[in-house]
Amino acid sequence: MTTVHTYDAVIVGAGGAGLRAALESSKRVRTAVISKLYPTRSHTGAAQGGMCAALGNVEEDYPEWHAFDTVKGGDYLVDQPAAIVMADEAVDAVIELEHWGFPFNRTRDGRIDQRRFGGHTRNHGEAPVRRACYAADRTGHMILQTLYQQCIKNDVRFFNEFYVLDLIMTDDGRCAGAIAYELADGEIHVFHAKAVLFATGGYGKIFKVTSNAHTLTGDGPAICYRRGIPLEDMEFFQFHPTGIYKMGILISEAVRGEGGILINNEGERFMERYAPTIKDLAPRDMVSRAIYQEIKEGRGIDRKDYVYLDVRHLDREVIEKKIPDVTEFARIYLGVEPLTEPVPIQPTAHYAMGGIPTDVLGRVVIGPDEVPVPGLYAAGECACVSVHGANRLGTNSLLDIVVFGRRGGHDMAEFASGLDAATPPPDPEREAVEMLRSLLTGPNLEFAADIRADLQRHMFDLCGVVRAEDGLRRLEGILASLVERYKLIGVHDRGRNFNTELMEAVELGFLLDVSRTVVAAARTRDESRGGHYRDDFPLRDDERWLVHSLAYREKDGSVTMEYKNVKLGPYVPMERKY
Amino acid sequence: MTDELWPQTPPEGPEDHEQWEEGPPREPGAKERIGPPAPGQIQLTVRIRRYNPERRAGSWWEEHSVNMEPTDRLLDALHQVKWYHDGSLALRRSCAHGVCGSDAMLINGRNALACKVLVKDVAPSVTVEPIRGLRVLKDLVVDMEPFFAGYRRVLPFLINDEEPPDRERRQTPEERERYDDTTKCILCAACTTSCPIFWADEEYIGPAAIVNAHRFVFDSRDRAAGTRLDILADKTGVFRCRTTFNCTEACPRGIKVTKAIQEVKRAIMFDRL
Repeated sequence: MTTVHTYDAVIVGAGGAGLRAALESSKRVRTAVISKLYPTRSHTGAAQGGMCAALGNVEEDYPEWHAFDTVKGGDYLVDQPAAIVMADEAVDAVIELEHWGFPFNRTRDGRIDQRRFGGHTRNHGEAPVRRACYAADRTGHMILQTLYQQCIKNDVRFFNEFYVLDLIMTDDGRCAGAIAYELADGEIHVFHAKAVLFATGGYGKIFKVTSNAHTLTGDGPAICYRRGIPLEDMEFFQFHPTGIYKMGILISEAVRGEGGILINNEGERFMERYAPTIKDLAPRDMVSRAIYQEIKEGRGIDRKDYVYLDVRHLDREVIEKKIPDVTEFARIYLGVEPLTEPVPIQPTAHYAMGGIPTDVLGRVVIGPDEVPVPGLYAAGECACVSVHGANRLGTNSLLDIVVFGRRGGHDMAEFASGLDAATPPPDPEREAVEMLRSLLTGPNLEFAADIRADLQRHMFDLCGVVRAEDGLRRLEGILASLVERYKLIGVHDRGRNFNTELMEAVELGFLLDVSRTVVAAARTRDESRGGHYRDDFPLRDDERWLVHSLAYREKDGSVTMEYKNVKLGPYVPMERKY
Repeated sequence: MTDELWPQTPPEGPEDHEQWEEGPPREPGAKERIGPPAPGQIQLTVRIRRYNPERRAGSWWEEHSVNMEPTDRLLDALHQVKWYHDGSLALRRSCAHGVCGSDAMLINGRNALACKVLVKDVAPSVTVEPIRGLRVLKDLVVDMEPFFAGYRRVLPFLINDEEPPDRERRQTPEERERYDDTTKCILCAACTTSCPIFWADEEYIGPAAIVNAHRFVFDSRDRAAGTRLDILADKTGVFRCRTTFNCTEACPRGIKVTKAIQEVKRAIMFDRL
C-alpha cells in the first residue's frame, strides 16, 4: 500500500541543518521532517571542535576578519557575498543557541569561551585568533541535542526511519514533494508538499578511510542529480589531517588548537616548514598535503603511511577538560594513551565542499544563470552555497548548518505560504518503486559489499589527497565497471520489515552516481586549488579556473560539465600562504 | 502499486518458516569466503539472537564465523555477517565510533555499543542480543518509541521565559560544570535497558530520562526545575530506582548515571519537601 501525506513543507534529514530549518519552517507552515535515522543519530553529533563567530569575547575580533579567513581558506573559490552573510550572522546564531540552552564552555566572567582553530586569524592572517565557541570536544553533539530539544518543545512532526528515494517534480519543473520508504514495514509514502528542503548531509562513504558515518551516502545530491539538477564543485572534498590511523575516526583540530603538534619519524614538527606563521593550525588541505609529502619522502612513522599527533607536552587538565572524547577514542581504538604516547594519524575523508547548488536563501539553482527550481531547497553539507569554496575552514560547517538551515527554512515557509499546491504527476512513486523492484529481483551475482569496498578503495587511492590524470582516467574506467557490476547485485532479504539490506543497495547506487561526478569534475579541473590537488598541475590557475563546476547527468549515466562564475567581492585572489 | 514488492505470505509458526520466500542463493558463495583467517586475522564466532516475525513466531539463535582484524569493532563483525552471510540481519548503526547512540546491544550479557567493543576483547566468541525491556521488532532492532516518550516527559529543553539579554546569558565555569556530565547523553538507551526496574515495569521513566532532566534541573539558566522534579517525584519517577548501578556500568559515555539519579532524588527530598 502507498500512504499519501500532504504538507506545506517537507524537510529531508534531521541533522543540524534539517532541524534548524524545521524550527523556522514549522512556525509558519505545516512541516514534516523525514529522516532515515532517529534525529539524534545524525552526524552533526560527531562534530567536535567548535563553531566560529567573531564574538570577541576573549580577544579582538570582527565578522569581517572571519569572512576574509573563510574566503582565503576556501582558496578564493568561495562566493564572497555568501561568506560575508555567514560571518555576519554567526554572532546571532551562537547567541540564539545559547538562549536555547546550549552548554558552551565559559570564561571566568561567565561569557562564552573561545579557542583557536585552523585558518582562523586576526586581521587577515597576522596570527591565530580565538574564534571558536565550543562545548568541550562535543560541540556538534550539543548543537544536535539543543536543536532537537527545541523541536520537541515546538512539537515538530518527525517521520523517523523513513528513507527518501525520489523527488516529485511537475512537468513544468516545480518540486511538489518527495517519495520515502518506511524502514519499519516497507511501506511507500508519498509526501505532497509545496516545498522540499534537502538536508541529507555528506557522502564521505565514497572513500575507504573516512570520518563519516555509514549512513552518509549522498542521498540528497544523488536524487537531485538523477532528476536533472547539476552538482556543484564535486571535485572539492576535504581530507581532514588527523584521522585515527586506518579507521579514519576524527581527532578534532581542537587538539592542535589547544597546542597539539604533528611530528614525523624524525620527531620533527614538520608543519613549521610548510606554514611558518600558523604552523599546525594551517587549513586542513595544506596540513593533509604536508602529511602526504612527509610520507612520500619517507618520513612517515616506521616509513609507513602515518605520522604522529603529539599532546604529551600539554597539561593533563587541558586534555581532560577540553579534549576528553578524542583522547578516549585513541585509548579505545588504538590502545594508545595520549598523555604519554603520540597518536598515529593519517588524513581521513571528512567533508564535501560540493553538493546541490543553492543561493543564500537556500533555493536550489540550476546553471550558470542560477535559475531557481521552484519549491526545492537544500542546506548543510549536501548543499553548495558556496561558503566553503575549495576548502572549508574548521568550525564553519556547524556555522553553515545553523545559518543556512535557518535561511532555507525561512524562505521555504515563505514560498509555501504564498501559493497553491502544485498538481503532481500521476503515480509519482512509480520510478522509486521500480528502483526497489529491480533491486529486490536482481540476479544476486555480486555482493553489494564487494562493490562498495572496491569503490571506496579506488576512490581513496586515486581521487584522494593527491590526484593526477593517469589515475583519474583509470578511475573512470573502474567506476564504469562498478556500475555494470551493480546491476548484478540482488537483495537476499525478501521481508518488508527493517529491510536495511534493500536500503544499503539503494545507497550504493547513490554512492556510485556521486563518485562519477567527483571523478569527472576532478579530471576536468587541471589546476590545484584547496582540497583538489593535481600532482600534474600543482598550481592554481585563476585565469581559467576561478569558476564553479557543475556536473550534469546524461541519459546514459555519463557526466557533462558546465561552469559558472565565482561571485567575487572585496577580497582579491592572492597567493595562499600561512 | 507497492503491494507486489513484497510476498504476501503471513507469518508462520517456527516449523513453517521454510515457506518464507528466500531470495536466490548467493552465487559467489558466502561460505567459500570463510576459510582460515589470514595472517594477523582472528576468527570470531558471533552468536546472535535472531527474531523476524515475518519468518517465525519466536526468536532463535544463529552462529556465524567471521575472520576479522583484532582491532576491528564488533560492529564490523556484524557487518560481515550482514553483508556476506545473511542480508536480512537487522541492526541499527551510523557513526561507528560511539557518538550517535544507534547500536546499543546486549553483548555477552552486558549493554554496550557494538562500535565500542573491539574484536580482540571478545574473541574467540561473542553473544549478541537486543537490548532488554523494549519490544523487539526484528533481530537487534527494538521499538525505541517508549524510550523517547519517557525522554519527552521530563520536558527536555531549556525553559526560561525571562526576556533574554542581547548577548549570552552569563554562566560561570562552576555553574557550567554542575551539569556537565549529563550533557554527554547520546540517548542510546543502554542505561535504561540495563535497569531491572525498567524490565519489570514499563511505567518507570528510566535512567536516561532522569539524566536528561538532571541536565536542565542543575542548569543555572533553567527556571522549570520544580516542574521537572514534580514529574520525577511521581510514582513512575526516580523513587523506583533501587541503586543497582547497572545504568552507570552500561553508559558508553561514562556518565555517572546513578549519581545523577541520586542528585535528583535529593533535590526532591531536601530542596523542596
